[in-house]
Amino acid sequence: MKRSERVDRGINVRSEGIYAISSLKEILYLAGPRMALVLILFLLPVVLDSVPYWKRVVNIMLVYSLLAISFDFLANYVGLVCLGCSFFVGVGGYTSAILNSYLHVPIYLSIPLASVLGAVICTLLLLPCLWLRGVYFAIITLMYPLLLTRVIEALNIFGGTNGISGIESLPGNDLENYIIIVVMLAILFGLRRFVNQDIGLVMRGVKDNDQSIRASGINVTWIKTQAVFIASLIGCFAGSYLVHLYIWAGLSLFALDFSIIPIAAVTIGGSGFLIGAVVGSFILVPLSEFLRFFGSFRIVIYCVVLTLFIVFKSEGIMMYISRRYHQFERWVDV
Amino acid sequence: MIILSAENISKTFKGLKALDSVSFQVEEGEVYGIIGPNGSGKTTLINCITGFIRHEKGKVFFRDKNITKLPPHKIARMGITRTFQIMRPYFSLPAYKNLVIPLWGPRARKLGGWRGGGKHGDRDTVAIDILEEIGFERDSRVPYKLASTLPTGYLKRLELARCIAMRPEVILCDEIFSGLSVGEIGGLIPLLEKLKLEGVTIIMVEHRLRELFKVADRVMALQFGEKIAEGKPYDVIEDSRVREAYLGSDEV
Amino acid sequence: MDILVYGTINSIILALMSLGFTLVYSISRLPNFAHGALYIATGYTVWMLLNSLELSYPLAILIGILGTAASGALIYRFALIRVRGMEISEVIASYAIGLAIIEGLRWGGLRGSTFTLPSFMSGSITFFDVSIDYQRLIIMVTGFAVFVMLYLFTRFTKTGLAFRGIAQDERASMMLGIDSDFTAILSLAIGSGLAGLSAVILLPLGNIVVETGYNVLIFSIAVSIIGGLGSWSGVVVASFIIGFAQILTEVFLSSHYQMVVALLAIIVTLLIKPSGIMGKQKELEERV
Repeated sequence: MKRSERVDRGINVRSEGIYAISSLKEILYLAGPRMALVLILFLLPVVLDSVPYWKRVVNIMLVYSLLAISFDFLANYVGLVCLGCSFFVGVGGYTSAILNSYLHVPIYLSIPLASVLGAVICTLLLLPCLWLRGVYFAIITLMYPLLLTRVIEALNIFGGTNGISGIESLPGNDLENYIIIVVMLAILFGLRRFVNQDIGLVMRGVKDNDQSIRASGINVTWIKTQAVFIASLIGCFAGSYLVHLYIWAGLSLFALDFSIIPIAAVTIGGSGFLIGAVVGSFILVPLSEFLRFFGSFRIVIYCVVLTLFIVFKSEGIMMYISRRYHQFERWVDV
Repeated sequence: MIILSAENISKTFKGLKALDSVSFQVEEGEVYGIIGPNGSGKTTLINCITGFIRHEKGKVFFRDKNITKLPPHKIARMGITRTFQIMRPYFSLPAYKNLVIPLWGPRARKLGGWRGGGKHGDRDTVAIDILEEIGFERDSRVPYKLASTLPTGYLKRLELARCIAMRPEVILCDEIFSGLSVGEIGGLIPLLEKLKLEGVTIIMVEHRLRELFKVADRVMALQFGEKIAEGKPYDVIEDSRVREAYLGSDEV
Repeated sequence: MDILVYGTINSIILALMSLGFTLVYSISRLPNFAHGALYIATGYTVWMLLNSLELSYPLAILIGILGTAASGALIYRFALIRVRGMEISEVIASYAIGLAIIEGLRWGGLRGSTFTLPSFMSGSITFFDVSIDYQRLIIMVTGFAVFVMLYLFTRFTKTGLAFRGIAQDERASMMLGIDSDFTAILSLAIGSGLAGLSAVILLPLGNIVVETGYNVLIFSIAVSIIGGLGSWSGVVVASFIIGFAQILTEVFLSSHYQMVVALLAIIVTLLIKPSGIMGKQKELEERV
């Protein structure tokens, strides 16, 4: 009788972070995938130099990766499921637009300033809801982008339904690529380090059970505030980058796409890795470009894919790949 | 010296009186037991003292400081910590990382955690020291295992370890003996005695009277949210009202 | 007087819209985010049956409602059952299904104002100087009827009692031989059926547009959160609060603010008392 067996490949790991590395091969084994990601990202603009349209797609893809990272971080490391990522995008985008177009803040200042300011605004707005858990938090975050849209519409502020135009564009094609590539990589690797720091552990503890965190003398709301600030910082950066990319800010920044695609990306890529979020966006966004002629039917496709993944393959692609990378299967006689 | 005192604590759940004017005082360094049949309000009492539930009436003092209306984390920071009856470890973290969290907490960072350790970022080592002290074999893989894979005995000890890591002054144990075998309890009792020797005050809510009486200095009995007796363990058990409350229970 | 009459009607409309959502949540603890999609899908189906297949109106309505009920059951049986118990996956999965339906309809041509359902009866009566058309009267009557029927159903039928049992304590009911999955399928079917019913009687008031799907979802979430998730008496109370608040804003501010009022009401409720007006407070986390 034959059975399939899974065997760990590579090096023995005693505990996370402590590796017994003895050869170049093993170093490569560990660092290889990371290097490959960095290399591919840096080469993409060069390879796609002749097709500027696809260079744009790379930017959009990275923007969605950022949003997906922010969603993944909040949902799987802190336990706050934010169904309205577009809230961050919108606030960041509008802040940047206001700074740049109304107050004439130069672009190299308006993006970082809008990220921080937007993050502060988002955190303050979400602050009263932080003690809510599970479904309640999810529902209320779903409401926020809608609420802001209606408020802007009703009060006719910030250009109303016409939006804000006259925004400085990003200088140069290559620069606009590399800004987002570098920021995305920095956030990805930075956040991966961060969640393994002690403060990251505390956040994971909040997800597991906040009662024990309270019993340990830690203020849960304060921890959640910090986490939301980080997530909204990422989201607001994405929003403010987008505004300068499109040189226009409008109500579509609060659109459903920015909420649902990151969630779909995380579900497809695999939740709880951060890198899974990136992989998911790298699959979904180019796919949606190929599906462009379907128009609004694209969102249907996303939703169907999302449902199929969440229902039938909830571990995601990244989990599968990493299992394949770290283990191999072989047939053995029993 | 009295370290913790509760005055007239009352708590009602939808008309049901869970606690009715319960008062008690705990001396520094003693082991104080709270007994009573199911539903007599023992866990509610702990929840009220540690701030997890707001009680309607009554006051709680810690070393003459009024801690009645404080939120749980502030009470915990003063050094009053608790275990949970339904164990609440951080399931997705390895056992030793479970202790890094209380060691990271403000109290341990300011004053140092267990035996003053963990102040300078050496939290992993201190965590493993604590785990060894509490009966996790250091050289085995147990401290590195995910908490979700640990059996009940280890989880109960992990609950206690989480309290110890903060270098508490008072520990409130909510039924840490329940669900354990006699052998496992035998392993915990010396640990509690050691804590007592180091000056930690322990308040234990317990069902397992025989084991409790091995460590407890004084005992209070609750029934239907009312205090019915207090005193030396074997005096309390002689009390007629306590006998009545427990009648039919095979544990006495 | 205008305000009173139209406030009442508006409140009943809201209650009807959100009843299905609350029913599903109260019985199976499933937040059915596909609720709005099912609502609008029923309207579209009935329209198709009427205009493409040229069925008679009552028959089209019947098929529409039954079809929606069946699709609710199918959604549970093939998708939601696998993520049951994982709160967040439930939300995401049902939301995704709902979005797929709504955006699918939009792509399928549900745009503009060409889609309308005829009223059941035309004409209107005057009531204390306020003229009310018959459609709104029918809505009021149906609203009352549905509530009374639901009340009788849960109090006096075996299935209804099983529903209440499951709603109170799933495990205990399972031990008493109540099949949790079956009741969940049934509850989704009934909840979706209610969405369909409300669609059929409410949609003749206006055009069938996809945005209604989102609005219905938001309003039903608003109503059930403010009333307390899963509380039926809460639905009525909350519907009246939001219903009158909306009419008042429409009269004194502008109709732009209608949605803002509902959203603000949710946020305020969640902040002050997340369990809602009639919700049972989950204070008993551990045993007393």
